[in-house]
Amino acid sequence: MKQHLLEICYLIGSVTFIIGLKMMGNAKTARNGNLIGAVGMIIAIFGTIFLHKGEVSGMVYGLIFTSIAIGTIIGWMTAKKVQMTKMPELVSMFNGMGGACAALISLIEFTHLQHSGEAATIGTMIAIVAGLVIGSVSFSGSIIAFLKLNGTMNKPLRLPAYNMLNNLVMLGVVVFAGYVAYSGGNMMLAYLLFAAALLYGILFTIPIGGADMPVVISLLNSFTGLAAAFGGFLYGNKVMLTGGILVGSAGTLLTLVMCKAMNRPLSNVIFGAFGAGTAGAAAGGKEVKGTTKEASVSDVAVLMNYSKKVVIVPGYGLAVAQAQHVIHELEMLLEERGVEVKYAIHPVAGRMPGHMNVLLAEANVAYEKLVEMDEINGEFPTTDVVLIVGANDVVNPAAKTNPASPIYGMPILEAENARNIIINKRSMNAGYAGIDNELFYNPKASMFFGDAKKALTELVAELKTM
Amino acid sequence: MEQILSFFNDNKEMIYFIILSVFVGVEVIGGVPTVLHTPLMSGANAIHGVVIVGAIYVMLKVDPTDTLALILGFLAVLLGTLNVVGGFVVTDRMLEMFKKKK
Repeated sequence: MKQHLLEICYLIGSVTFIIGLKMMGNAKTARNGNLIGAVGMIIAIFGTIFLHKGEVSGMVYGLIFTSIAIGTIIGWMTAKKVQMTKMPELVSMFNGMGGACAALISLIEFTHLQHSGEAATIGTMIAIVAGLVIGSVSFSGSIIAFLKLNGTMNKPLRLPAYNMLNNLVMLGVVVFAGYVAYSGGNMMLAYLLFAAALLYGILFTIPIGGADMPVVISLLNSFTGLAAAFGGFLYGNKVMLTGGILVGSAGTLLTLVMCKAMNRPLSNVIFGAFGAGTAGAAAGGKEVKGTTKEASVSDVAVLMNYSKKVVIVPGYGLAVAQAQHVIHELEMLLEERGVEVKYAIHPVAGRMPGHMNVLLAEANVAYEKLVEMDEINGEFPTTDVVLIVGANDVVNPAAKTNPASPIYGMPILEAENARNIIINKRSMNAGYAGIDNELFYNPKASMFFGDAKKALTELVAELKTM
Repeated sequence: MEQILSFFNDNKEMIYFIILSVFVGVEVIGGVPTVLHTPLMSGANAIHGVVIVGAIYVMLKVDPTDTLALILGFLAVLLGTLNVVGGFVVTDRMLEMFKKKK
């Protein structure tokens, strides 16, 4: 009886995940979709606890509930408190937790095998080992991604012959995993494999420094899904299978979509070359030299005040400076004066696809004002002023003109076609991909230095006096 | 060879299930506007937190005298909960912002 009820709980869980994800693909239903998924998750979790057949000691129940309580409090508080700009880091962190969870389950299965002394079937061993390896890679990779996005580790680290080393380690882990699965393994081997997989996760993520980080997070996200699916296979648990595989395949597709936006084949992502942007920059990127003009607050204010059409290109700098509210204020002020204002959203602006949309939505910027790349590119020639706030690589013309550039081939926002280009940046430093931007030396371009929030606040104040 | 075939045969339902789920996953995500990519990634992130079900299951069948397994299980449930709760709450926060302006 209990068993049958549990299966029904799992069925409900699986269906809610599918419906929830589907609803999240549409802006109107997205929030409810997320809630439906959450309800399904709760049913699956409590079903597992209360409909378990067999004797379980009170102490174990106590441990489970304590653990869930602590996790809920910490998870809830962190998620509620975090600033919207820190979102990518947080997703990466939570993803790592899921990966670690999968890896720990496999470790426990090893202790279980050790204790009972039974020989597991090859299918069981494959599921245990795969969960361990993929979960660990996802965990350590996500933590590195978290640290990188966080700024704690912002310089990509590349050892000589990196790709070779990396691929060798991967091959080693796979062979080792195969051996453990085949031989049945023991605790010692399990720990060694755990450590090796953690190491690979670190090596995999550490050389990546370019604007490629969102791709990595998305990929690691699908890894964790896969690890959960192996857990489901191990226990014949349908809800873990559906949840895991849904995320695995959906995550992979999302990764591919992102790769497409950056014009990088996925093979580059997995087997090296990836992130080579940073290393290649010094060697391949030709030095851009020339003079830049600097514009004062009043120059920019005058220019904008007498424009017909202004396009704003937001980038990560805007997010870091928390300038989304000020930019909305600027937009409203200009609109009041009859200036048409639009936002040009590059698919990988910020640190995640859609990151800018989330941020600007937070500041109440209307949906229709956010224009996607393909659409806005045709409008730049008729744009009087393009204001680039904290964006760099996504407007770098080298992506179109310089085959030696590491970002060559990436579709960009063609800001260089506008009549005037104002670039707000803190300094002349290179962008996330670490390369120089010839747009800054364009005769039509002026630099408007300063922290985005401060500079824009001054600009708004200046405009108000006009 | 025989081993592989018998593995396939023993698990054929599961294999069907997996393959069909892959298609469902691709289908469900297809055609999502760029605007929703971040919340979607975050939502998917919460859903793979379902791995916590495995952690709980393992805890329930663990031998209560096996301290190591208990500690590992406790940690696994804790991390899984973080993934689930944090994931759903963050996604909700993101989507909340999309909604309030209309």
